[in-house]
Order: sequence, then C-alpha cells, then structure tokens
Amino acid sequence: MLKYMVRRVLEAIPTLLGVTVISFIMIHIVPGSPVRILLGNHYTLERAAVLSKELGLNKPLWIQYFIWLGNILHGNFGFSYVYDKPVAHLILQALPHTLIIVVVSILAAHLFAVFLGSVQAYYQDSIFDQIATVINYLFYSMPSFWLGVLLIIVFSINLHWLPSGGIVSSQVSNPGFGDWVRHLILPVGSLFLISVAGWARYMRSSMRESLLQDYVRTARMKGANEFRVVFVHALRNSILPLITMFGLSLPTLLGGALFIEEIFNYPGMGLLYWDAVNSRDYPIIMAITVFLGIVTVLGNLIADILYGIVDPRIQYR
Amino acid sequence: MINQSLLIEEMEAQQVVNERPDFMRRFWKSGTTKLGTILLVFLILFSFVGPLIYRHSAIKAHLLYTDAPPSAQFPLGTDSLGHNILAQLMVGGQSSLEVGFAAAFLSMVFGVFYGMISGIIGGWIDTVMMRIVDIILAIPSIFILLFLNVAFQPNLIIMILVLASTAWLGVSRLVRAEVLAIKNQVYVEAAHALGARTWRIMNRYMLPNFLGTVLVAATLGIADAILAMAGLSFLGLGLPPPTPNWGGMLSDAMNYMFQNSWWMIYPPGLAILTSQVSINLIGDGLRNAIETRER
Repeated sequence: MLKYMVRRVLEAIPTLLGVTVISFIMIHIVPGSPVRILLGNHYTLERAAVLSKELGLNKPLWIQYFIWLGNILHGNFGFSYVYDKPVAHLILQALPHTLIIVVVSILAAHLFAVFLGSVQAYYQDSIFDQIATVINYLFYSMPSFWLGVLLIIVFSINLHWLPSGGIVSSQVSNPGFGDWVRHLILPVGSLFLISVAGWARYMRSSMRESLLQDYVRTARMKGANEFRVVFVHALRNSILPLITMFGLSLPTLLGGALFIEEIFNYPGMGLLYWDAVNSRDYPIIMAITVFLGIVTVLGNLIADILYGIVDPRIQYR
Repeated sequence: MINQSLLIEEMEAQQVVNERPDFMRRFWKSGTTKLGTILLVFLILFSFVGPLIYRHSAIKAHLLYTDAPPSAQFPLGTDSLGHNILAQLMVGGQSSLEVGFAAAFLSMVFGVFYGMISGIIGGWIDTVMMRIVDIILAIPSIFILLFLNVAFQPNLIIMILVLASTAWLGVSRLVRAEVLAIKNQVYVEAAHALGARTWRIMNRYMLPNFLGTVLVAATLGIADAILAMAGLSFLGLGLPPPTPNWGGMLSDAMNYMFQNSWWMIYPPGLAILTSQVSINLIGDGLRNAIETRER
C-alpha cells in the first residue's frame, strides 16, 4: 500500500511539471504586457524598461521559467503585482474560505446523494422516484450561476433570512460564529444542490444493479431487515463509483466554486483568480493554476486510495 | 483464416446496416428523448425563425421604457437600458446554439484524430500525447477559459476555438480507449495483412465501431459549450456588446436583483436551463439506444 502510494506520487511529478509549463506558457502567449497595465497612465518606455527589469521580465523566457520553478519549489510563489504582497500569503488567506465551502458541500452532497439514490433505487419507478428523478435532472442541468442568483432572491431579498454575500456582516460590530455560518449557508447550499443531482443519478443506477445481485437475496434470506439489506449489504458495492467520483470531483467543484464566489462576493481562491486575471496579476494566476493541478492530482490519488479501502478486491501493486 | 475473418467482418458490417432503423426506433421509443428533441427544435426555431416573425430590434434601446415589466408592447419586458428582452433572448439563442454546435463539432473532430493517432501509434508517443491531455485536464477548464477570454477578446470564431480548446480532451481519451480495445481484433489485423493503409483502417474499420460513443460525447459537449459560454458571458467575458447573450443578460439582471426585476432574471436562466435539459435528454437517449445494441 505504502509502496503503491509512493509510486503514484512519483508518477504525478511529470504531470505537475507539465502543469507548471502550461501555466507558464499560458501567460506568455497573452498579448499585452503586465508592465503596461501596472503603469497605466504613467506608461513611458523608460519606466517600462526599469519595471520589467525589476520584475525579471527582460530575461529569456526559459530562464524566467526555471527561476520561477526554482522559487516555487522553495515555496516562494512570487510577489503580487497588484496587491504588493507575497502570493503565498494571499493564497493562504483565500484558501480556507474556499476549502470550507467546497469540503462541507462535497461531504454533505455525497451523504445525501447516497441516501437519496438508494431510496430512489429501492422504490424504483414509484411516484417518489419519478419526482426525484425529474428534480435531479433539473438541478443537474441548472447553471450554477443562475441557481446562486435564485437562492439570493428567495432567501436574502424576499425572505430576509440570510445575507446575500461576503463572509461577515459589516454592520455588526462583533460578528460571531453564528454570523459566519449564516454567510456560508447560501454558497454551500448552491454547491450542494448542484453536486447532489449528478451523484444521486449515479447512485440510483448503481444501487439498482446491486439490488439485483445474488448476495442481496442471500442477505434477505438469512433474515436481515430491509434497512440492513439496502444500507449495509447493497450499499457497500453500489457506493464504489461514487467513491471514485469523490476525489475526481474536486477540480470540478473548485471550478463551480469560482462562479459561486463571484456571485456571493466570497473572498476565496476563485475570486482571487478572477481578480488576478482581470488585472493581469501573473504571479497569482500562475500560482493558482499550479495549485489547482496539485489538487487534481491529489484528488485522483485520494480516489484510488478510498477505492481500495471500500473494495478489498482491489490490490495495490 | 483471413477469408473467414473477412467474412465475419462483412457480416458484422451487414448487421450494422440492418440495425440502423432499429437504432432510430429505439431512440424514438423513449418519451424523454422525444421531449428533449422537441425542446431543442423549439429552441432552434425560437432563436432563428423567431426574429423573422417577431420583428423587433434586440439592440435598440427604448429609453422611455427602461426597466419595464412585461406588457403588450414588450411581452417579456425591458432591461435597464430599455432593450426588448424577448428580442434579446432570440438573438442570444443564435450565438449560443452556433457556438455550442460548432465548438462541440470541432472538439469532436480534433479529439477523434488525436485519440486515434495516439492509440494506433502507441509506445512513447502515445504516452507523451496522453500525458499532455492529463496535464491540461488537471486544471479545471473554466480557469483556462476565463484566462483565454481575457487574453483574446473573443468574437464568434475565437469563442468557438477557446471553448473547443478544452473540450477535445475528454473525447480524445475516450477514442484512445476504444482504439486500444479494437486495435488487436482479428478483422483489423486482417485488414493490415491485406495491405490496407493506416488511414483506411482508421476510417473503415475503427471509426464505425465507436462512432456512437463519440456521438454521445459530442452531443453532451454541445450542452457543455453552451453552458461554458453562458458562464463566461455571465462573468463579463462573452461576445462583445451589443450582441446579446443569455449569460450576459443574467449578469446585467443581477445588478437589479434588489429591485425585484424578476422579468430580467427568469427568461435568460430558463433559456439556458432549457438548452441544457434538452441536449442532455437527447444525449442520454442516444447513449441508451447505443448501449442496448451492444448488449
């Protein structure tokens, strides 16, 4: 197991190096230089030359790449052009915000999808199953940004129950834990609703197949009650595809989080990236793309490991 | 031996031909597929024929009628600049559908080529080609699309290219897996032995085998492209004004959310939702029809 993990991590290295190359190439095919944007109205050729020397932009591209790569390996992601702060600092500030909404919604959505999909499969083709299938299909096809807007209209504007954005209330002098949670509900809820739909569909079809298997009949025969049959015997097998998706869905969710953060003005990685792209803040753009690559590779690894834990037939070699 | 396998291949080809009407029947049998097709046809008629019947400008600003709720004059109301929302919705549908279909088609063609070449050549070239796919897939596509759209202010063509630039990846993986599965089948080897060129083998012996799978992926790709374009427009990175777009209409409406301008928020959202539901239903229908055949 350990050997397998080490091998997988080693295998991931070329991919990650590739990600660094891509993010480096990406920002260098862009027309327009960051120097011009930084200087704005103060742009003169002399100032541009001085600044690009300061930023190391006058060296050949491949040297710039290796300098940057070396710095990354030392944990130095450079200095933001716009915020004038270390990029690592900015990312560490934004990361917990994104992590909390992504992790909470991913966990809640998985649990609920497993439950919903199982119940749907058990009562398949009943009215409940059909209604749930239609609702799932709608949410599955729903654009995340429209859903976010609708939630704001219902819960913030019409009902006045929840804040429409940000992370703490600015009017309150001492916003506490409860206030923070209230700000999380809508962003988490949006991500939750969108993810549940797709996963419940998988769970339903996977559980339908499991319920037809011999071992389910055996379990019934030996007198296990229906709850035990579904949620213990059948669940263990039908949950397998979902476990894989657990890790693989990380990057998709981070992408979805970008829209959610933008709508709810929620200061996470997505919003940081979006601001950075708009202001051509290259060090942040590059750092975040590399970071996303690492998360994806980690997600794949987690998927593999979880798969082995729930399915003892899998052997690590 | 060779003759025999050729015979088998001949029979298989015959079978495929015979199955075609059967396939269409299976596709049509499902009620959800019909619903999807009807919705999509409606959307196409609405966007392309609609403006010929409802002759009102989508880009004319009726400054006396800004923020107007639905009325006899403006069936779906107007936005904050006095644009006729119904007319905008129609014209916005045109670019959405054009871009969606074109990007999906382009990514399908490129993905099929890439995947086939990678699978057929094999060896280290295959490894490198697939590593490149892994690497680009490691970055969530919306982050790449966002960046490309800021970098190159998009027109219709650039938008199609940008969306296709990430959409082909999945197709190429799919195709490569299919190629690996049939590469060593007897009939492919037989064709080799008879001196068929690689090009011919790809076209005649391989492509028909996984055309269905690719078609499903491409169909769902249309929905993905429409959604991605709407998302980018929502973030303000769509086609340049005054071309209306569903995503852009929605993001404009968001600024007036607090005035309860519901007529600005529901139409574009429902339009995007309809496009997604209809195309997903068709894609699922195609997949079911194909899977039944293979069973």
